[in-house]
Amino acid sequence: MERIPILKMGSFLLVTIQVDMHDQLALALQDDLTSRVVSDRATGVLIDISALDIVDSFIGRMLGNIAGMARILDAETIVVGMRPSVAITLVELGLSLPGIRTALNVDRGMELLRSARNGETGDDGRQIG
Amino acid sequence: MVVKSVELPLRAQEDVVVVRQNARSLAVEIGLTIVDQTKIVTAASELARNTVIHGGGGKAILEILKDGPRQGLRLVFEDTGPGISDLERAMQDGYTTGTGLGLGLGGSKRLCSEFTIESKVGVGTRVTITRWKG
Repeated sequence: MERIPILKMGSFLLVTIQVDMHDQLALALQDDLTSRVVSDRATGVLIDISALDIVDSFIGRMLGNIAGMARILDAETIVVGMRPSVAITLVELGLSLPGIRTALNVDRGMELLRSARNGETGDDGRQIG
Repeated sequence: MVVKSVELPLRAQEDVVVVRQNARSLAVEIGLTIVDQTKIVTAASELARNTVIHGGGGKAILEILKDGPRQGLRLVFEDTGPGISDLERAMQDGYTTGTGLGLGLGGSKRLCSEFTIESKVGVGTRVTITRWKG
């Protein structure tokens, strides 16, 4: 079955969503990431959505689920690279992604994950919701 | 006046992706802005999923409209499913009969210029959305 690859970088897991996901693929990613947080003892998850031209309520819910499950497993999740048009559309759709931390790009997201690990709050960290 | 029309089946999850991609290319063709493209494609995704999951499958008809000098994109989603008994309630944010967030119908309405929904219990549901350029 088709899968979204998950990369390990130190104690962080990195995912770049490059394809137009159908719902089953999104659910598989949710399951895979949650399993990998435990098996890889990850402390952070970074999800790059810069290649996504839309985020609908299903993908939004998946991102929230991943963040929630990772948090219970003591890992922080950061979503990076959201396009401005996607942000505008999400808010009008009524989805403010509560509980999901975001950063502008991968660099800032990694910084946030590192500082979260050191018990500090990053300057550019933004909490939505 | 309809200047172009594409009919696509909506039977499985993968069909939702095909509808999204076709809606995107028509939105580009009529020159919608990136934000407007994103809005109509997102609405298409929500409604196409509804057709597959709640309507038990159906079809999407994607049309380019011309009304004098202005162009628009009209998307029709039809199913022959159970229908919706309480439309007013179905349109409310947060109301869902499934496991979703209940944002699909109300949210889609906010993302387009025109929105109509017709539904008959035991017959089916048809949702029509239009986004005009400009």
